[in-house]
Amino acid sequence: MSPAKIWISYYTMLRKEFVRMVRIWSQTLLPPVVTTGLYFIVFGSFIGSQLQAIHGFSYMQFIVPGLIMMSVITSSYMNTVSTFYFAKWQRNLDEVLVSPTPDWVVIAGYVSGGVMRGLLVGTLVLIVSLFFTHLIIYNIAVLLCAVVLTSVMFSLAGLVNGIFAKGFDGISIVPTFVLTPLTYLGGIFYSIDQFPPFWRAVSLFNPILYIVNAFRYGFLGFSDVSIATSFTLLIGITLVLAVTALVLFKRGTGFKN
Amino acid sequence: MTNAVSIKNLRKTYKTGVEALKGVDLEIAEGDFFALLGPNGAGKSTIISILTSLTTKSSGEVKIFGNSLDTDRDKTKTYIGVVPQEFNFNIFEKVIDIITVQAGYYGIPRAQAIKDAEPILKELGLWEKKDSPSQQLSGGMKRRLMIARALIHKPKLLILDEPTAGVDIEMRRGMWDFLRRMNAEGTTIILTTHYLEEAEELCRTVAIINKGEVKLHETMHKLLEANGKEKLENIYVDIIQDSNNKTI
Ligand SMILES: Nc1ncnc2c1ncn2[C@@H]1O[C@H](COP(=O)(O)OP(=O)(O)O)[C@@H](O)[C@H]1O
Ligand SMILES: [Mg+2]
Repeated sequence: MSPAKIWISYYTMLRKEFVRMVRIWSQTLLPPVVTTGLYFIVFGSFIGSQLQAIHGFSYMQFIVPGLIMMSVITSSYMNTVSTFYFAKWQRNLDEVLVSPTPDWVVIAGYVSGGVMRGLLVGTLVLIVSLFFTHLIIYNIAVLLCAVVLTSVMFSLAGLVNGIFAKGFDGISIVPTFVLTPLTYLGGIFYSIDQFPPFWRAVSLFNPILYIVNAFRYGFLGFSDVSIATSFTLLIGITLVLAVTALVLFKRGTGFKN
Repeated sequence: MTNAVSIKNLRKTYKTGVEALKGVDLEIAEGDFFALLGPNGAGKSTIISILTSLTTKSSGEVKIFGNSLDTDRDKTKTYIGVVPQEFNFNIFEKVIDIITVQAGYYGIPRAQAIKDAEPILKELGLWEKKDSPSQQLSGGMKRRLMIARALIHKPKLLILDEPTAGVDIEMRRGMWDFLRRMNAEGTTIILTTHYLEEAEELCRTVAIINKGEVKLHETMHKLLEANGKEKLENIYVDIIQDSNNKTI
């Protein structure tokens, strides 16, 4: 396919996903906004007002970056895992598979759909947070790189999950039993400096901790871990997932006989 | 002239161990109207699925207009339009969106696709339904939607897997006229069907396969001639029964 045609095919996938996302906004965009809004009220306002400042920031200011990141992670992942699995289940995935669109473009299309949803939801959550606290931005470049890389990474992870999934339970097992616990224990609600040494060490094995901290650094200018480590991890995992997705597509795992 | 389809010693064993194709050879000339016949489970859909890259072959060689599936897969895909046996569109999408998105996958811009879709949808009687979600269409309309979708990139080879299954007689005749015109305009057509009078009516060449092997490959004219102008149905039943007896 010529580059111009590849672009048209990619744009087709993106447009289709955008239209779908907006058409069913009450399922795609609203729920994370409501959930995080509740977190802001309960943890930020009610409980947070009784907590001491962390690194000189109010508890509300501390949790905003983590809660944005949580919604970006969940929305990106859920978008690709569900759209890909649904296309596979309903077999309309065949529409793109019989076309000359190369595998990497199909992957890019699905991942971009997840990124689109993740960033849109993240922005909405950020806007909601402004009702509770004012915006502080320490380093916009770090912030943007962290959020874009994160949504790419989790969109890819969702796609890989969708490729392997054999039933509707297969698309909810990982989010429920892996993603949610890692996210809640990923330093959104606390600084690991507050932890005893043992739990501090355990937390360092959680990749989401690094992601949340890199993002929080972009807002507040401090992090529990080194930013360089965070970005190395983000880029490393993203590359591994991208190669995995390409190999699975080439083999047709889960969708070709 | 290179053939539209050239299949040599094609084999397919599914992961379940089922040997669906046991060395199939088929040559389909450009411009032909070709009937692929055989009982359920013969391997017709498997052949089509391999031609359209939805299933990977176990071994053998396949060429589409001279382009090998192994070395020029993307090229082969641009030549083929396929109407699968099972409905495989998104039931929540509108008719026009299903068509334009399919066009997009072939690199055709949306505005162009909307223009191209109009005559196709009108001819297939779907123009009034273009803004309806596909789940609201009747069974026959869903089939025709898949035909429209297969034609949007103007393929040289149209493959239809049981396109008239569950379609009423009047609509089936309409589809026949449509396919005849497509063929007259130069599109090579491969059709599978269980209605043998349909194959007899439409097709110039016929292949009968059973249990993954080609049992007969002949022009319709010669086949009917050689059997004293007997009906295709009787010839078919003889061949299938004969090959079943041999393998038992
Ligand atoms: N995805 C699959 N996995 C395992 N076996 C299959 C699959 N698809 C078809 N088969 C088997 O392959 C054989 C040929 O099937 P198929 O090509 O669908 O036949 P036809 O289209 O002629 O009815 C059958 O025995 C069928 O059960
Ligand atoms: Mg079949």
